[in-house]
Amino acid sequence: MMDTAELLQEFKKHRGDAIVIPGRGGKHWVPITDNEKMDATLGDPAMGGHSGFGLGVALAQPDKKVVLFDSDGDIHMSMGMFATIAEQAPKNFFHFMLDNEIYATTGGQPVPNAKVVDYAAIAKATGYPKVASYTDIEDLKADLPDLLASEGPIFVHMKVSPTVENTPIGQRKPWNNRDRVKVVDDLRESLTGSRK
Amino acid sequence: MAESADVLSPETVHGKFKEHGISHIVWLPDSETNFLFTLLDTDPDLNMVGVGREGNACAIASGLSAGGATPVILIQNTGLMESGDSIRGWLKSLEIPVVLVVGYRGYTRHGVTKDTAADFTEPFLNAFQIKYYLVESDKDADRISVAFEESKKINGPVVVLVADEFHGFNR
Repeated sequence: MMDTAELLQEFKKHRGDAIVIPGRGGKHWVPITDNEKMDATLGDPAMGGHSGFGLGVALAQPDKKVVLFDSDGDIHMSMGMFATIAEQAPKNFFHFMLDNEIYATTGGQPVPNAKVVDYAAIAKATGYPKVASYTDIEDLKADLPDLLASEGPIFVHMKVSPTVENTPIGQRKPWNNRDRVKVVDDLRESLTGSRK
Repeated sequence: MAESADVLSPETVHGKFKEHGISHIVWLPDSETNFLFTLLDTDPDLNMVGVGREGNACAIASGLSAGGATPVILIQNTGLMESGDSIRGWLKSLEIPVVLVVGYRGYTRHGVTKDTAADFTEPFLNAFQIKYYLVESDKDADRISVAFEESKKINGPVVVLVADEFHGFNR
């Protein structure tokens, strides 16, 4: 299994001018990003929606690379999004998945059949032209440049170590330095010159 | 094609989408808007994004809006209710200006409503504090423009209830 912060550090080297949606990896991405206004650090607006949000940005900005770090609980909730993304086939969409096999933010309960589900196979079967799966950071490091140079949509499954949060949500230390509305407005302004 | 103002024609709704600069239709099929979908799908300037669950439409629309596009969501009232948490999280909390055109399954002005989908639609919208406009025929078409303007004004979702299952779209 890989460490989420370490793999995001590695990704950062290859980011270029991509729009980044770090999903539940946001708390690891905020301290290291070098282009905050092109980050959609939304946390968890509603479970299951990260892939939809990422697809929407990719369709609106077909000339910009869009990199999403999705997660297993979200994908279980919206597995039909694989088919929607494959049908739309945005060439600029890079769908990475952080698979820690648990619902980390609610105390670490298991995701259904997490050790068995083959997410890359599902993505492939629904029509993604390219998929890959990693458990070792060195293998990912070796392939990352080629993956990010590929034509999308691609799906990259990554097994990561869980970091369980057990404190009540209202008592957790905020990791984002911008509220969600500002995040969206900053991104829109960066892309279009207008905040609304 | 409907020619009477007593029905709501797909061409009227399509015209309103063009008037308000819609770029993407995020949709899941419903009976009220079937003929509208058929018409929209022939417009090369509109991008159709089909989903398997209506809540996903909300997340996609929020991403489209964040990226500078102008989406509309086309679903049925059953799917509207399915989308509750996505409406809260992806549309309201991110302040996404978007219109949801919602087929009002089961609606009738006459007799007893026999469909629980209709029974719960307006109470649901009120519970989620979403403003809505009932559109029953071409005479009500201006209310579609009101909904688009309202969504921009409040930076949030506004609903158009399409209450014409048996006359306009399903000819």
